[in-house]
Amino acid sequence: MFYIYCPYCGEHREEEEFHPKGQAHIERPKEPEACSDEEWGNYLFFRDNPRGVHHEMWVHAVGCRKFFNMTRHTVSYEILETYKMGEQPSITADSQAKPREAAAVSQQEGVRA
Amino acid sequence: MSQSKQQMFRLNTGGRIDRSRTLSFTFNGQRYQGHPGDTLASALLANGVDIVNRSFKYSRPRGIVAAGAEEPNAIVQLGSNEAAQVPNVRATQQALFDGLTACSTNGWPNVQRDLMGLVGKLGGQFMPPGFYYKTFMAPASMWLTYEKYIRKAAGLGRSPMEADPDSYDHFNQHCDVLVVGAGAAGLAAALAAARSGARVIVADEQEEMGGSLLASRETLEGKPADQWVARVLGELASYENVTLLPRTTANGYHDHNFVTLHERRTEHLGDTAPVENGHRQVRARLHRVRAGQVILSTGAHERPLVYAGNDVPGNLLAGAVSTYIRRYGVAPGRKLVLSTSNDYGYRAALDWKEAGCEVVAIVDAREAPAGDWVDAARAQGIKIITGSAVIEAKGSNRVTAARVAKIDIDAFKVSGPVQELACDTIASSGGYSPVIHLASHTGARPTWREDILGFVPGLVKGVQACGGAKGTYTLGDVLAEGVEAGIRAAATTGYTAQTVSLPSAERLQQGPAVALFQVPHEKSTLRGPKQFVDLQNDVTAAGIELATREGFESIEHIKRYTAMGFGTDQGKLGNINGMAIAARCLKRSIPEVGTTVFRPNYTPVTFGAIVGRHCRDLFDPERYTALHHWHVERGAEFEDVGQWKRPWYYPQKVNGKAETIQEAVARECLAVREKVGILDASTLGKIDIQGPDAREFLARVYTNKWEKLAVGKCRYGLMCKDDGMVTDDGVTSCLAENHFLMTTTTGGAAAILEWLELWHQTEWPELDVYFSSVTDHWATMTITGPEARKLLAEISDIDLDRDSFKFMDWRSGKVAGVPARVFRISFTGELTFEINVQANYAMHVWQTLFKHGEKYGLTPYGTETMHVLRAEKGFIIVGQETDGSVTPEDLGMQWAIGYDKPYSWIGKRALTRSDTKRENRKQLVGLRPKDPKVVLEEGAQIVLDPKHAIPMPMVGHVTSSYYSPILDSGFALAVVKGGHQRLGETVYLPMADGQTFEAEIVSTIFYDPKGERQNV
Ligand SMILES: [Zn+2]
Repeated sequence: MFYIYCPYCGEHREEEEFHPKGQAHIERPKEPEACSDEEWGNYLFFRDNPRGVHHEMWVHAVGCRKFFNMTRHTVSYEILETYKMGEQPSITADSQAKPREAAAVSQQEGVRA
Repeated sequence: MSQSKQQMFRLNTGGRIDRSRTLSFTFNGQRYQGHPGDTLASALLANGVDIVNRSFKYSRPRGIVAAGAEEPNAIVQLGSNEAAQVPNVRATQQALFDGLTACSTNGWPNVQRDLMGLVGKLGGQFMPPGFYYKTFMAPASMWLTYEKYIRKAAGLGRSPMEADPDSYDHFNQHCDVLVVGAGAAGLAAALAAARSGARVIVADEQEEMGGSLLASRETLEGKPADQWVARVLGELASYENVTLLPRTTANGYHDHNFVTLHERRTEHLGDTAPVENGHRQVRARLHRVRAGQVILSTGAHERPLVYAGNDVPGNLLAGAVSTYIRRYGVAPGRKLVLSTSNDYGYRAALDWKEAGCEVVAIVDAREAPAGDWVDAARAQGIKIITGSAVIEAKGSNRVTAARVAKIDIDAFKVSGPVQELACDTIASSGGYSPVIHLASHTGARPTWREDILGFVPGLVKGVQACGGAKGTYTLGDVLAEGVEAGIRAAATTGYTAQTVSLPSAERLQQGPAVALFQVPHEKSTLRGPKQFVDLQNDVTAAGIELATREGFESIEHIKRYTAMGFGTDQGKLGNINGMAIAARCLKRSIPEVGTTVFRPNYTPVTFGAIVGRHCRDLFDPERYTALHHWHVERGAEFEDVGQWKRPWYYPQKVNGKAETIQEAVARECLAVREKVGILDASTLGKIDIQGPDAREFLARVYTNKWEKLAVGKCRYGLMCKDDGMVTDDGVTSCLAENHFLMTTTTGGAAAILEWLELWHQTEWPELDVYFSSVTDHWATMTITGPEARKLLAEISDIDLDRDSFKFMDWRSGKVAGVPARVFRISFTGELTFEINVQANYAMHVWQTLFKHGEKYGLTPYGTETMHVLRAEKGFIIVGQETDGSVTPEDLGMQWAIGYDKPYSWIGKRALTRSDTKRENRKQLVGLRPKDPKVVLEEGAQIVLDPKHAIPMPMVGHVTSSYYSPILDSGFALAVVKGGHQRLGETVYLPMADGQTFEAEIVSTIFYDPKGERQNV
């Protein structure tokens, strides 16, 4: 069971309080009518399934009801960071390929372990 | 009978048992005696009980092998009465109590003289390696035959047939440092962490904390090691920041340092929990621990050697022999032969000798063993046979002799003459396997260390292993590692820990061990007598060799093929030996064959502890409306809608007999159509939406238009996902210019609120709008039928004139003297007022309505009648007419689609995708059975040509079907491919019983097609 830091509440809470909402940073095309069927289909149905660093959207469903993003490793399940809606991840698959120290510094406060 | 006769194998002195008190217990119907401090296993051994079970597959007699969680044979059924039955208890982990009643789980009907023995031989033939694999490939019908046979023969324990009188609960715990295992390493770690002030939980699975120190021949500070244990436990118990949990097994390690602990609080006291101060104590507790750091000081399990006949009762682990002698004061035999590959095994011979029993010989696989324990054995005059091993145990119900020979390990063969040594006990030691189960639960791969011939835990964040769990076995080093882990854990969680002065341990000289797993026999593995690897699942070395010959190369596949490590055992004793045998056969190294992955739970957890208080009424929350008790008193039958309990129908007594559901629903339907009915609709989801951009937001999430909805007006809305499929519907009312009340389906309320928040927070944060659930704040009472206006007029100050308070209007005012919002909307097609009042006024208003309603024939109706009435009008239910693949156009609801709205609302773009534009999509239609007495089956498949060869092309299915009292006919809603173009066509519904029904495709509106009745 995950232990998740809600960037809005500023606290770690149990996974039971959250709902996963799929891949993060999927933006709805600004002009849907300008999209081809294929483009609209890609927006609707196609998602990444990486082995490694992944960005996911979660909601603090029975807490503050806020949606936020999470960078999570899909093999170790380690949560590398959580960040507010509208923010960009500081840890990505590319940054993870480099030494870990740089990434570790950017973790939000509140991560004790 | 005197004690000495009763407990023939009990030593006169020694052990941590209380000889001044005697406990009686029953095993397989025989009465025996033991002492406080015994486990069931030690008491059975004290009484000379050799056979505790029959084996799973071959029905061979089996005895006690180990002294702890790794015991594969002594699995018993516990309980003196039906309600107290507990299956799959390890006798080695069950404390003895007075009156304990146990029996073997296998070996029906008698372990001593097993009738299944004969069949068991057949079973051996019947269940070759790969049995499961091959069986699952076989036709399903055969499995029933096999399963019946296996269950009867194997008797895998049984659950009680009566309700459990005990209660169980859950604790949610947080701590800085969780220490799993309170042996030498764990206690040292706990001490270091505790002194820093960190919140520490120490969990240990045994009756007493201390682990191997409780039975060690080694000293600390020159004194018996258990004295240090007592001192440390005393200090830990004095700290407020420390929780000591004995009899508590860490069963599972889950993500982010979440550990489940299974605490057995009263199982050492009796069959059922004792009553104290009138309260029955909690029998077991599951601690759900979130730990900053987890210290795995879980120790190591000794590996037995794999030799022929190694399953005959009297074959034990060397360490278990020491534990029984030193901790329980029992010598499990008279004449011992020890077969070892290392120095540690020697301790069993030394303990045996000191207990006054005969050590026939130590058989050491090493050519030139050397070390302090070896010297001690020599000094005691014990015969040591080097370069050799026990290649076979003789005996059937008990060991009678050991066949010993020189062996060539590298060539895997017997290299010298065989001598037979008479004995009744063979102890073996093949070294240790670190207990790495918890560390591997989240997928970390263990690492093989050739120097210790074992796997050590892989790296898991926030977890540190120390001591035996990490492959460190020398007492002084184990303690030092524990302290180091404790300090590091405390520091990592923000505490400053000082070093702990360690007690001085003996520095013993030890010689290196030799890698010996399977012992060679004069005959080949496949032709020789059986050499068991996994005693619980009856997996032999030959079985593993056969699997490799059949082409299995990965240990994970071999395990599944042979069943090695299955069941409650999870391969504690056998896995490494099995891997070593596979490696030998495949001519590879052990790590090349694979690593071993353990799954939770470490040992079985009783269902009671898993369930805790979440049973019976508390299994799942039930939601009641404010009017629930009225419905109960009225005799309503209830339907579950999500967690809500909704009145389904209200059966009345007619001539002393309760109506059937059909009779009740017919009466309720006609009351609504002819007079007036009332429905408790409080469960409908209600979301209060406010803000200057509320109207714009509605226009984006609904398919229809909202910009012109005036204050005081209501509108039905359809909601799609962005794939264009209908996901919810309901009426939304304009309360004020910036204030709306949205209703959702009962089941969809929470999900729709989350859906609105999702769009607001992620795509449209610029919209100034806020959402609150007000479902529980308002009670909703629907009065519907021709008399509804007259009834409401009696108790309301609202002007109900048909021209000033029109259909799809809402008004505020007083109803029964309390503030109310009244909505003139209809889900029945009749004149309807939905009265919303503050929930705590609901009962008063409801009762007032009945006081005035009697003369109008006011009739309460439930969800079943609601369904019939709405279906007669062709009103859909999302989730019944829709299934996530239905568009508004498929429903024929183009009237609710604002194609020309300025913003591209959710779902709009998808409605022009090629797939959503297909002509032969399944579309909603009405079905009228040709025979009006027929009520079609919901879900029934629809075909166009019933004479078509099977498989017939299916063109749709029935979504709703009822009998209509007002039409005196069955009718249905259905989705049919291209259905909107098929009005008037006949379709067919072939049923499972061979009948085929005929129906005509008709309009979805069966009653009052012009909609005049709701406008009166
Ligand atoms: Zn939150």
